[in-house]
Amino acid sequence: MTAGFSEFYYIKVPYQKTDAMEKYRLSVNGNMQEVSAPEDMPLLWVIRDLLSLKGTKFGCGQALCGACTVHVDGVATRSCSLPVSAVGDRKITTIEGLSANGDHPLQKAWQEHVVPQCGYCQTGQLMNAAALLNENPHPSETEIEEAMAGNLCRCGTYNRIKDAILTASKS
Amino acid sequence: MIPKLPFLSKKVPADKSKLFIPGRRDFLKLSSLIGGGFVLGVNFQCSGPKGETVTFAPNAYLSIDSDNTVTIIAHRSEMGTGIRTTLPMIVADELGADWKAVKIQQAVGDEATYGDQNTDGSYSIRMFFEPMRRAGATARHMLVEAAAQEWNVEASGCDTREGMVVHQASGQTVPFGELVELLQQMPIPEAEKLTLRKLSDYKLVGKSVPIYDVKDITEGKALFGADVDLPGQQIAVILRSPVVGGKIRTYNEEKALQVPGVNKVVQISGNGVHPGLNKPLEGLAVIADHTWAAMKGREALEVDWELGENQDYQCATQMEAMIESTLKEGRLRREKGDVKQAFSSGGRIFENTYRAPYYAHATIEPPTALADYKEDGSIEIWAPTQHPQWARDSVAEALEIEVSQVRVNVTLLGGGFGRKSKPDYVVEAALLSKAIQKPVRVQWTREDDIHHDFYHSHSAQRIKAGLDATGKLTAWNHHTVFPAIGGTSSADELHPSDGEMGLGCTDFPYEVPNIRIESHEAKAHTRVGWLRSVSNIHHAFAICSMLDEIAEEQGMDPVGYVLSLLGEDRQLAFSEEMKGAYPNYGEAIEEYPWDTARMKKVIQRVAQEAGWGSAEKDGKTLGFAAHKSFLTYVACIVEVAEDEAGNLIIPEVHYAVDCGIPVNTDRIRSQFEGGAQFATSLALSSAIQFENGRVIQNNFDGYQIIRMTQAPKKIFTHIIESTEKPTGVGEPPVPPFIPALCNALYKLKGKRIYELPVKEVFV
Repeated sequence: MTAGFSEFYYIKVPYQKTDAMEKYRLSVNGNMQEVSAPEDMPLLWVIRDLLSLKGTKFGCGQALCGACTVHVDGVATRSCSLPVSAVGDRKITTIEGLSANGDHPLQKAWQEHVVPQCGYCQTGQLMNAAALLNENPHPSETEIEEAMAGNLCRCGTYNRIKDAILTASKS
Repeated sequence: MIPKLPFLSKKVPADKSKLFIPGRRDFLKLSSLIGGGFVLGVNFQCSGPKGETVTFAPNAYLSIDSDNTVTIIAHRSEMGTGIRTTLPMIVADELGADWKAVKIQQAVGDEATYGDQNTDGSYSIRMFFEPMRRAGATARHMLVEAAAQEWNVEASGCDTREGMVVHQASGQTVPFGELVELLQQMPIPEAEKLTLRKLSDYKLVGKSVPIYDVKDITEGKALFGADVDLPGQQIAVILRSPVVGGKIRTYNEEKALQVPGVNKVVQISGNGVHPGLNKPLEGLAVIADHTWAAMKGREALEVDWELGENQDYQCATQMEAMIESTLKEGRLRREKGDVKQAFSSGGRIFENTYRAPYYAHATIEPPTALADYKEDGSIEIWAPTQHPQWARDSVAEALEIEVSQVRVNVTLLGGGFGRKSKPDYVVEAALLSKAIQKPVRVQWTREDDIHHDFYHSHSAQRIKAGLDATGKLTAWNHHTVFPAIGGTSSADELHPSDGEMGLGCTDFPYEVPNIRIESHEAKAHTRVGWLRSVSNIHHAFAICSMLDEIAEEQGMDPVGYVLSLLGEDRQLAFSEEMKGAYPNYGEAIEEYPWDTARMKKVIQRVAQEAGWGSAEKDGKTLGFAAHKSFLTYVACIVEVAEDEAGNLIIPEVHYAVDCGIPVNTDRIRSQFEGGAQFATSLALSSAIQFENGRVIQNNFDGYQIIRMTQAPKKIFTHIIESTEKPTGVGEPPVPPFIPALCNALYKLKGKRIYELPVKEVFV
C-alpha cells in the first residue's frame, strides 16, 4: 500500500439511544431486524442510519425524485416519505436485496448498456424498474416512460435506462 | 482585484515532468524491504525476503505489486463523466496492463503528488492525456528493459501485453509482478524522453470502455459522500441564513435540544454579504445521533435573523434594470471596425433582447461531508468534492492549521456540475467536528441545496445586428449583463470577468467587419457560481438564436448561413480586438486556436446525419445551432414535434463533435446524451427566483428538472475522427442544444424564443 492512497471506512455504527423511541421489528431483505426509532422516522433513515444499508439514497425527502425507492411488499415505495411506524409487517426489499449476486436481469442490462453516469440515482431507478417489470413484464416505451417518471436523473441517463429496461424485459 | 476562478485559471504545472518524479520516500521505503545484501537479478522474485508483497511505483499514478496487481490512481473526481475510468485506462493501455484486472484507487487531495485535481472546466482529458500516457510508458519501458536483461535479448524485441512482458520472437512471457524486485533497482527513465505507443496501437484509447464502477453502482455498493460512517459520528443539519449576508441576532435552542437524539446546537459564523466561494454561510447547526433527529431538531430552532441588505433583493426588479442598462453604452470588451457607422448605412437592422434565469445545480446527491477532527489537531475528511485541494486548503484556513494536517478523501460524487467545486460544505463539517471533538457528517437537504446554491447567474443580453443593402451581416453589437462570479467575493466585481466574457461572447468567431461587445454592471445579491458550461449557456442562446432569426428572415438556410459567416478556413486569435485578456480556457491560443475549418466540419457532419434540408415531415421541425466551448467544437440539430395532447416532444437530437482524439467513445456519447437532457431542463423547465432576498423554490416541485417523459427520445452523437490534441466533453454539449431547440420551436410554432425557460410556446 503506497502512502497517499485513500481507504474508505465502512463500519456499521450501532444506534444506542433508546429514550422516547419505539421498537420496531422490520423484515428487510428477508431478515428480521429490530430497531429503536421515533415513530415518524422515515424508512429511508431507518435503512441508512440505523441499519447501515447505504444503497438507498437521499435525494429530496418529499417523494419527488425517487432516489430512495425500495420495495414494500413488492411495491415501489419512496422510503423518504414512509414513517417507520406505518411499515408494519410488510416486507422491505432494498437494492442490497434485489438479487443474490447482483445478477437481476435489470442489473445485468444496466451493466450492458453502461447506464450510470454519476450513479447516485441508479439504485432507485433499478428498484422502480424492477417493480415495473414485476407488474408488467413487457412494457412499451411509453409505459416505461410513464412508470419511470417519478425517478429523476440529473446526469441525463434516461435513454439508456429505457433501453436497459427494454433489454431486461426481453431476457 | 481579479478573483481567483479555479475553473478559468487552472494550474499548469510549470514543469510537467514534475509529475513523474517518483514518490522518493515510497521508493526508498519499499526498497528497504529488500534488506542489505539481498541477491538480486538471479531469479524473478515474487515477493520480498520475508514474503511481503513488494510494490513498484515509478510515479504517483501507478504501482505494480509482486502479486501482479496493477493499481492505477484516479486523481480527478468522478461526478459522472467517467474520468475515474478514462484517465486510468490511458495509463493501462500505454503500460500494456490487463485492464480487467487493474485496480483503481482514488487519490486524496494532494497537489504536490498528483498535480492539478480541480475536476472542472472540462479539462481532465485535455490536461492529463499526455501525462497519463507518459506515466504508463515509464513503467512499460522499465518492465521491458528488466525482462530483456533477464532473457538476454534486445529490449526492442519485447513489448507488454495483458499484464506480461512478451519477447516477440520466442513468444516467451513473464508477468509484471515477477519483475517488481528488479524494477526497484533500476533507474527511472525521464518520462519526457520516452517513446509512446502509436494511437493506432492502442487497445482501449479510442474505443468504447465501460466505467469501472458500473457493477458496484448497480448493486448499491458504490460509496458516495454520505455512505461513509465513522464510529461515534454525529449528524449535523444546518439552518442557514435565508438571505445571503444575514446574521444571527439571537437564538433559542431549547426546543431543538428536546428532540430525542439531538445533542447539541452549534453556531457557524458567516462571511458577510460577499461570502466568498469557499466559506460557509451563517447558520445554526443541530447535531444529533442520526439524520432524522437533526432534521427535526432544526425545525424546532427559533432564530432571530438580522437579514441585512440583501433582504430587499427582487430578481425581477434587477432583471428589468439589467435590460434597461443594455440600452446604454457599457464597458467595451472587444472592438473591431465601427458598428455605429455600419448601423447608419441604411441596411436592415435586427435588435433583440434575450433573458435567462438563475439556475441551481440540483445534483441528486445534496452536498454532504464527513469530518473527523483528531486530538493532535489534524483532521480527516470524506467528501464528494470536485476540488479536493481547494477543500484541503479551505479547511486548513478555517481551522488555522497547516495544509499538511488536513487529509481529504474523495468519494464518488452524486453529480457535480460545478456545485461541488466549492468547499463550503466541507468547511462546515470541519468546523463542527472541531467544535464537538467528534466525527461529524453535515447533511444538506434538498431545500438547503435549492436555497443556498452558488447559482448560475440570471442574465440579460441585447444584440443589435446590421446588414448592408446586399443582406451581408456587417455589424454586430452584443451587450451582456449578469451578476458575475467575482461578485460573490467582492463588492467591486460588477462586470463579468474576461474569463466569463470569453465563454461564448467575446470569442464570437464569425466574419463580421464591425464588432462591438460590451458588458454592464450588475451586483451579486446571492452566491453566484459556475454551472456546467457557465456563461456559454446564455451567450450561445442569444447568439445562435439571433443568427437563426437573421437567416430565416432573409429566406436563407440557417446552416448555410452560419457556414458562410465562418468564412475562409482560418485560425482566430482575437488578440488585437480584445479589450482585456482572452484566457482561451487556460490554454495558449497558439496551441489551441479557434479553427473555423474544424467548426465547419462538425456543422456539415451534423447537417448530413440529421437529414437537414430534406423535407420536414409528420409535423416535425428541425432547429440548428453550433457553438465551441472548452476548446471542443459542437454542432447540434434538435427535432421537435407536438403530441396529440399539445405537449412538446423531442423525437431526435443529433450532435457532431470534434474533441480531438476521442479517448473513450462511450463516455463521449454519454456526456452528449446527458448534456442534451441537462440542457432540456435549462431550456424548458428550470428557474430560480428571488423575492425579498430569498429563493422561492424549495424542492423538485418548484425547481423542475425534466423527467423521462420529457427527455429527447433519441440522441445521436457523431464523433469526428481526429488526431488533434484531445479536449473535454463534459460541458460542450450544453450550450448549442438550447438555441437549437428554440430554433426548432420557432419553425414548429412560428414564435421566437427570447426568454428562458420557454414558457409561452407550450403549456
